[in-house]
Amino acid sequence: MVTLVSRAGIWLVLLLLSIMASVAAHDTAFAIQAATVAVACLVGLIFAIRSPDYQRVSRGLAAPTGDASKYDDDVIRWGVIATVFWGVAGFLVGVVIAFQLAYPQINLEPWFNFGRMRPLHTSAVIFAFGGNALIATSFYVVQRTCRARLAFPGLARFVFWGYQLFIVLAATGYLLGVTQAKEYAEPEWYVDLWLTVVWVSYLVVYGGTIMKRSEPHIYVANWFYLSFIITVAMLHLVNNLAVPVSFLGSQSISWFAGVQGALVQWWYGHNAVGFFLTAGFLGMMYYFVPKQAQRPVYSYRLSIIHFWALIFLYIWAGPHHLHYTALPDWAQTLGMVFSVMLWMPSWGGMINGLMTLNGAWDKLRTDPVLRMFVMSLAFYGMSTFEGPMMSVKSVNSLSHYTNWTIGHVHSGALGWNGMVTFGAIYYLTPRLWNRTQLYSLRMVNWHFWTATIGIVFYAASMWVAGITQGLMWREYGADGYLLNSFADVLPAIHPMYVLRGLGGVLYLSGAAFMVINVWKTIAGSPLRAEAPLYNIDQNKANDVPLVAQPAE
Amino acid sequence: MNQTETYQALRQFADSWGLLAMTISFVVLCAWPFRPGGRKNSDEAATMIFEEDDHVRT
Ligand code: HEM
Ligand code: HEM
Repeated sequence: MVTLVSRAGIWLVLLLLSIMASVAAHDTAFAIQAATVAVACLVGLIFAIRSPDYQRVSRGLAAPTGDASKYDDDVIRWGVIATVFWGVAGFLVGVVIAFQLAYPQINLEPWFNFGRMRPLHTSAVIFAFGGNALIATSFYVVQRTCRARLAFPGLARFVFWGYQLFIVLAATGYLLGVTQAKEYAEPEWYVDLWLTVVWVSYLVVYGGTIMKRSEPHIYVANWFYLSFIITVAMLHLVNNLAVPVSFLGSQSISWFAGVQGALVQWWYGHNAVGFFLTAGFLGMMYYFVPKQAQRPVYSYRLSIIHFWALIFLYIWAGPHHLHYTALPDWAQTLGMVFSVMLWMPSWGGMINGLMTLNGAWDKLRTDPVLRMFVMSLAFYGMSTFEGPMMSVKSVNSLSHYTNWTIGHVHSGALGWNGMVTFGAIYYLTPRLWNRTQLYSLRMVNWHFWTATIGIVFYAASMWVAGITQGLMWREYGADGYLLNSFADVLPAIHPMYVLRGLGGVLYLSGAAFMVINVWKTIAGSPLRAEAPLYNIDQNKANDVPLVAQPAE
Repeated sequence: MNQTETYQALRQFADSWGLLAMTISFVVLCAWPFRPGGRKNSDEAATMIFEEDDHVRT
């Protein structure tokens, strides 16, 4: 009873505080954000009052603690649903901004213009879709590989809901024009502080579960997940050092200025790629690919070497985002050299994943989920080959500022991050909801093909557009003047923008298949009546011994 | 120490002992699974995820 009352009391205090902050706010955006927090507190308050079992409470019994003989999967189930939801939302915004670039009339001022929608897209896909996938799968994997339930179950629930609040605040903030103008770190100081609290809790839950493990060895997937959690904490803290202009306003001044600011930003930005979009997802890969293929990883030792190589190399590669800027030349060269070296450990991971299928390649014919994983690894290999190439200064002088970069980003993001996440979701859904199998494997196959063709459209059109831009920008006439203005280039790449948009539509429709499939699986509807994916026709009539017939 | 001196000191440390320490720790970490008996450990770790196999393939 005491905890019940104090819990409701805390919610109430937070609710009142956020209402006061909203009223006293220095700008409208901050007022709206504080009101959003107030709504969240209200929901928390209602749940704190309504959900306890008062029968038990009045008899003085403690709340049930959950079945110790089962893994603690509630948060993971929520996480799977959140991943699917934010994925669709993020892809949808991606399609919208793709068409905004092709047809500028779609810019709806001021809230839905490209400038505000773009960070909405990047945060929704990276942090909401990718982040939820990482949190959910990491909690799943750490429990299975440690043979232990989640440490601090209450804190784990806080991590999930706290993270959703972070996403909502960030996303609505962008539409209101709140940003600290650092790519992938746009949220302002108060949202950054909140994320810090959530992230440290995440580390505590994850690390605590590893500490109470009952397996002697810490499986390599956990190494990747843990490095992702720790490094992201470090990156987030350093890059977001800022002084708020006022404590009830949505503006702050960055601690760093000028070229130092740029370096810190891209140290952050590149390692967000390296640890959020790479190390974390490699953790996923190292669990789900072997499980789905039902073979141990090709070389466990290779996984450890390439883990350390990634850790030691990635941190130095950031300056390749700042070629030909005011950054000292030696720093640019350092970034370039380390990026080229990064090719090795990246391909170490790809080879290790692909070779896990050695001797089981035939499963690709019948298992569309495995197909997703393999395609994902192929795109991982492709984008980590392209990346080192683009970080060579002479190549970068052509590719920088062009759509080539956008093509590179999305072959990594749609191909590698997207596909491995879809695979993991298809792996998890039947297991988490106790179903014998997915509603439809055929639908997974449709998802696979629409997504793959979508990526091909996206990447190919952006390569063509990027190289076109790069070449047109550097074209000189006989008199030594540049031939094309920026605006001259736009009509040339317009068709490519449209094709990219179509690729996005295909990718989004693949995700729609996933929604149906996951929905039906969770709802427990009868399996879709469909032909199995691979079936050799049986000819029962001929399946008899030949008996010699006497001559007539 | 003024700013230039701090920079010089840090820079010198990074170029010498810092670099050496990084290189040595990297080499040791990479060599670790190849120590005697490492193969057995690695194989156990690699197959450990199948011990509780709930996996029924259809
Ligand atoms: C339907 C799928 C998608 C479409 C149509 C799409 C479209 C776009 C568009 C139009 C841009 C802006 C490009 C520009 O400024 O010229 C963009 C940027 C970006 N998108 Fe996507 N996107 C999709 C999915 C994803 C996914 C799944 C991820 C990550 C997991 C992602 C990550 C990014 C990133 C990081 C950027 C910023 C790139 C940069 O600044 O260089 N996108 N996307
Ligand atoms: C060895 C690995 C990789 C290297 C060396 C690398 C290198 C590069 C380079 C040189 C750029 C262009 C910078 C510029 O001209 O502005 C870039 C951009 C980018 N890459 Fe990679 N890349 C790698 C892997 C990946 C992967 C696997 C992903 C995603 C999953 C990814 C996501 C991005 C993003 C989001 C950007 C755009 C940054 C921006 O907003 O400007 N990269 N990368």
